[in-house]
Amino acid sequence: MTRALVNAPQTARRGEIIEIRAMIAHPMETGYREGPNGVVIPRHIIKRFVCTYDDAEIFSAELFPAISANPFLTFSTVATVSGSIKFAWTDDRDHTETLSVQITVT
Amino acid sequence: MRDNNLHLRVTPQSRLIGRRELLAASAAGVIAFAVPMRALARPALDQAISNFAGGAEVRDGRVQLEIPPLVENGNAVGVTVSVDSPMTATDHVRRIALLNEKNPQADVAVFHLGPRAGRARVATRIRLAASQVVVAIAETSDGRFWSSKASVIVTLAACIEDISKS
Repeated sequence: MTRALVNAPQTARRGEIIEIRAMIAHPMETGYREGPNGVVIPRHIIKRFVCTYDDAEIFSAELFPAISANPFLTFSTVATVSGSIKFAWTDDRDHTETLSVQITVT
Repeated sequence: MRDNNLHLRVTPQSRLIGRRELLAASAAGVIAFAVPMRALARPALDQAISNFAGGAEVRDGRVQLEIPPLVENGNAVGVTVSVDSPMTATDHVRRIALLNEKNPQADVAVFHLGPRAGRARVATRIRLAASQVVVAIAETSDGRFWSSKASVIVTLAACIEDISKS
């Protein structure tokens, strides 16, 4: 089940700065809301996002309840070598969703 | 506990009135409305800033915080933070924090960057529970902290919109 979506260029020139956009379908329930019965809806958020390129971490983020549902992140990296760019989202129930895209660097 | 969430427990009818009042209030430039009680109990923005900076001095400048000054829907507010930095191995941005003044929690997000980012620019979408000040702080590789503030008027706060969905 793919719940994540990543937008990154498939090819790039060496040394070029590429923009990466990553989004995942997630409710990001804050834990501050009450349901119709007056009971607080338990918190359920993505708390950590990591992006690795060529097996090195290039970007990571700690997210809090103030991030909108379906967290969307835009960041950039320098194209160095051909290979895979990997993405991992971890929520507060320790469930991790991963995705990987290939990039060809010329 | 229940009293803290008065702003969340509204009937559909009173919610309509609430929205109208919000619009009127924002039109009149009145901001003091619908501030959750719980928000008052949380650590202040200044406290959150010094926690992130570890007590170091935070200067103005080098950080550009792009956020719309007036937003209709507090549930998804686009934010872009860019830092004036060459992003080399010796001079780069290590961390960028987004903090807010009046949500139940001061933290919004912390981004970790490095020289491989190429450019110190991140964007995301955040929730705002009330009209308030949003702060972006960047830590550079020399251990200094830079910040930028923006004040945002929210006509439809995140909490009010949420209850209409449930």
